[in-house]
Amino acid sequence: MHEMSLVEGMRRVIEDQARVHAFAQVKVLRVEIGRFACVEKPALEFAFDVVMRGSVAEGARLEMIDLVGRALCYDCMIEVEIAERLSPCPDCGGGRLMPVAGEEMRIKDMEVI
Amino acid sequence: MCTVCGCGTGTVEGQGHDHHHNAPHHHGHGDLHFGHGPAGVEVAGMSQARLIEIETDILAKNDRYAAANRARLAALGAFAINLVSSPGSGKTTVLCKTIEALGAQPLAVIEGDQQTANDADRIRATGAQAVQVNTGKGCHLDGHMVGHAMEHLDLAPASLLFIENVGNLVCPAAFDLGEDCKVAILSVTEGEDKPLKYPDMFTASRLALLNKVDLAPYCDVDLDLYEANLRRVNPGLEVIRISAHTGEGMQSWLGWLQGALARKAARAAAE
Repeated sequence: MHEMSLVEGMRRVIEDQARVHAFAQVKVLRVEIGRFACVEKPALEFAFDVVMRGSVAEGARLEMIDLVGRALCYDCMIEVEIAERLSPCPDCGGGRLMPVAGEEMRIKDMEVI
Repeated sequence: MCTVCGCGTGTVEGQGHDHHHNAPHHHGHGDLHFGHGPAGVEVAGMSQARLIEIETDILAKNDRYAAANRARLAALGAFAINLVSSPGSGKTTVLCKTIEALGAQPLAVIEGDQQTANDADRIRATGAQAVQVNTGKGCHLDGHMVGHAMEHLDLAPASLLFIENVGNLVCPAAFDLGEDCKVAILSVTEGEDKPLKYPDMFTASRLALLNKVDLAPYCDVDLDLYEANLRRVNPGLEVIRISAHTGEGMQSWLGWLQGALARKAARAAAE
């Protein structure tokens, strides 16, 4: 269950930010998650609640923003958007696709008081 | 205090020096154990509601450790391989046979498992230096663990460093350790659709070793279909069919390693 490690990474970022910006509490944390990222959203949400206890982000709302998945088609040599990791190329129907975007796991911003 | 991460809590057993880690403690052989310590808590100031832009990768901290590891390896002209696979694919056996075949080539091994030092013991039995990292509950190695493990190894210039990750086809794909590349091991007993079920690891790898090919006749499997499915998730993937047991294909794998190391050494010399 590596969602726990991811959320621990988020907590470290938040704590670093708390030192820099001097805030008492995080109300909302927005994260961008690529379609192909190794993240199970319900597991991330669960881990978030657990790991943030006792931190400035305890009780914060976690908002997840989906980012599209894109791949380079080795036959068309163009980037295409694909819905699933193993979707065929929408142009040629081929399966020689290398993901180029959609694996992001990024903290975008947060609302704090 | 640790020079890599600045961490200063945790317990150290056995070795009687004062280098404390963020969670790990030591047993015999300098093995490292993570996942035992509490997380630190920081609470800060005050103020009114506002939005703070962050735009940081969640794994940014791991990536910094990985970058530090990579810089240390580059300075040595050492080539590091992050060996990834399911449990039971034969990673440790492949490694032992590889080490024996490499002879005098300087090398070292970092062994990742949740528990036990069994694998590091197997590696040490070949005469190679190895450090065991036990991740505790953790399902993968991370850049921080590997950085500490490297401190326990005497890495010679132009070494090969094998990092045997925790047997897990999911999580280790996301964690950069500072390696030059990932090499995935897939054994023919696992089923041809394994790459389709767990694409991320094979997408992140440069080379796949299709291991235990000597068992193919007994498993009713199609080796070409294994390769096709591997390339379906990573069209750029190199594939070498091997049997660590019979030695089939091992020369190709050794040649691949030596080529990769030579290219890295040439790059280091050019800089």
